[in-house]
Amino acid sequence: MTPTTSTAPALTDPAATDSAVQPHVTADGRQIGGVLMDMRNITLRFGGVVAIKDISFDIREGEIRAIIGPNGAGKSSMMNVMSGFYVPQEGEVWFRGQRRPQMKPYEVARLGIARTFQNIALFDGMSVLDNIMTGRLTMMKSSLLEQALWWGRAEREETWHREKVEKIIDFLEIQNIRKTPVGRLPYGLKKRVELARALAAEPKLLMLDEPMAGMNVEEKEDMSRFILDVNDEFGTTIALIEHDMGVVMDLSDRVVVMDYGRKIGDGTPDQIRSNQQVIDAYLGVAHD
Amino acid sequence: MEQFLYAAEVVVNGLMAGVMYALVALGFVLIYKASGVFNYAQGVMALFAALTLVGLQNGQVPFAHMINATFGTHLDTFGWTLPAIVAIALTALVMVGLAIAIEKLVLKHLVNQVPIILFMATIGLAWFLEGLGDVMWGADIKMLDVGVPKGASEALMTVTEQWTGYGFYIDRLDIWAAAIAAMLVAALMVFSQYTKQGRALRAVADDHQAALSVGISLRFIWVLVWSIAGFVALVAGIMWGSKSGVQFSLSLIALKALPVLMLGGFTSIPGAIVGGLIIGVGEKLFEFYVGPLVGGATENWFAYVLALIFLVFRPQGLFGEKIIERV
Repeated sequence: MTPTTSTAPALTDPAATDSAVQPHVTADGRQIGGVLMDMRNITLRFGGVVAIKDISFDIREGEIRAIIGPNGAGKSSMMNVMSGFYVPQEGEVWFRGQRRPQMKPYEVARLGIARTFQNIALFDGMSVLDNIMTGRLTMMKSSLLEQALWWGRAEREETWHREKVEKIIDFLEIQNIRKTPVGRLPYGLKKRVELARALAAEPKLLMLDEPMAGMNVEEKEDMSRFILDVNDEFGTTIALIEHDMGVVMDLSDRVVVMDYGRKIGDGTPDQIRSNQQVIDAYLGVAHD
Repeated sequence: MEQFLYAAEVVVNGLMAGVMYALVALGFVLIYKASGVFNYAQGVMALFAALTLVGLQNGQVPFAHMINATFGTHLDTFGWTLPAIVAIALTALVMVGLAIAIEKLVLKHLVNQVPIILFMATIGLAWFLEGLGDVMWGADIKMLDVGVPKGASEALMTVTEQWTGYGFYIDRLDIWAAAIAAMLVAALMVFSQYTKQGRALRAVADDHQAALSVGISLRFIWVLVWSIAGFVALVAGIMWGSKSGVQFSLSLIALKALPVLMLGGFTSIPGAIVGGLIIGVGEKLFEFYVGPLVGGATENWFAYVLALIFLVFRPQGLFGEKIIERV
């Protein structure tokens, strides 16, 4: 994507978050567009436990949006609502300017929302290549009959998707393990394969649930680089949950902070850093 | 020498019988892998498929008894005889219809239930199908003839006689069954390895959640896998039906598939085949060598005792996934 000159107003009032949400071009030349996904007044309960309480936030095209918060804040629940695994009791999910009706997770995936999981959900018995190919299943149009007889579109399609997948494999630097069964890979590489599978779907929104959890410093740096590259080169909008504050502040354009199911902060990393409620939630406050 | 050759003949016949067991076991493995359901109805599905095939072929009016009893009519047959290939194709369609009905009426409502609930549901399904088969096509024993050759293979007998001086008796039906089973397994392997639906099927078998997240509809996969299992049941029904007629006892071949599964592992297609062969050969050899010493009829129990031994020493079977509990 070639950077274009900004027509958006310059940042004048640091207190207003509006400056960040107008369509604009970031300092490093990435284009931030209109609202892609809008979560409106989401409330999610499990029996008597309120996991998410009346939270609203939006994700704009082209940005990296982080959701952070202490353990049990409801971050993963939020991501599960976004990807259709959980159905909220209240609130609306808007995607690309339309209210998304209640959908099954696989229908959400077909809308162009791909995700990874906190605990890695890969197909352990299948090779890396096959795993990534599953990411393109929804894009394959040939019918069951054509596939069964390996006739008509089936073969052309397979070749075409295979080429696309090879590009992603090159991009994420996992060429040497493409035939390895995923079950045998070390943790860090599994995370990368899961990212590759999500990317293979060419998603409009890529959601990463703790992409760096359990990684060492080196792996974290690699993963950060890949996330930035994906966003930069493909212009993919990314929503991510992460624990490592340093990583979040470096990566993201805007941050939502959750604590006990509530939203306690929303803004640029700088704004979040100086938000007293956020500091309290993370460092704790003396109750006396 | 004579004794050895006779034993060799027994082994070959055992292998052939094993293929027939493997055919039934295959249907179990397919469904178990994709949905974690032990489909108790697999044997009845084979019976139902065979009944439907005979009925369609002979132009029988389905539910004739019920209709006649209710309306006082005297319906019996439509008076046609369908070519075997047409009848088989139609029966395959019926099995697909059955798969869709099972998904819509049973599985859909039991999503996220524990395996034992689904297992119980398939027991119900087995009873239902058994009754449905009877009501639709009548409970009498039927002959099934779709043109699979039967009787001793003369050519094989002559050849072996020339080479060894002892003519092997091998039923042509068994040879055909082995060839068809081999083709079926090859086709299934190619399908699951190289097609997108096959890939989706393996994905679902591996991890439901991950499969959902890449846009795979579980319900579609279930219909697909039950259809395939229905087709495998049809093939098994044709082979067993041609061999010993279509009757209730056909559904009991499913019982023979259980030891096969315990040997081969519930999750492995190659396991189902190897397991079937081991049981087939094992029971024939055991009968041959040990049978006379204990008064014969060992074929009735040998497979189950072997399965018991496996349960004790290798519960996951020869090829099954290792059972490891992380703590």
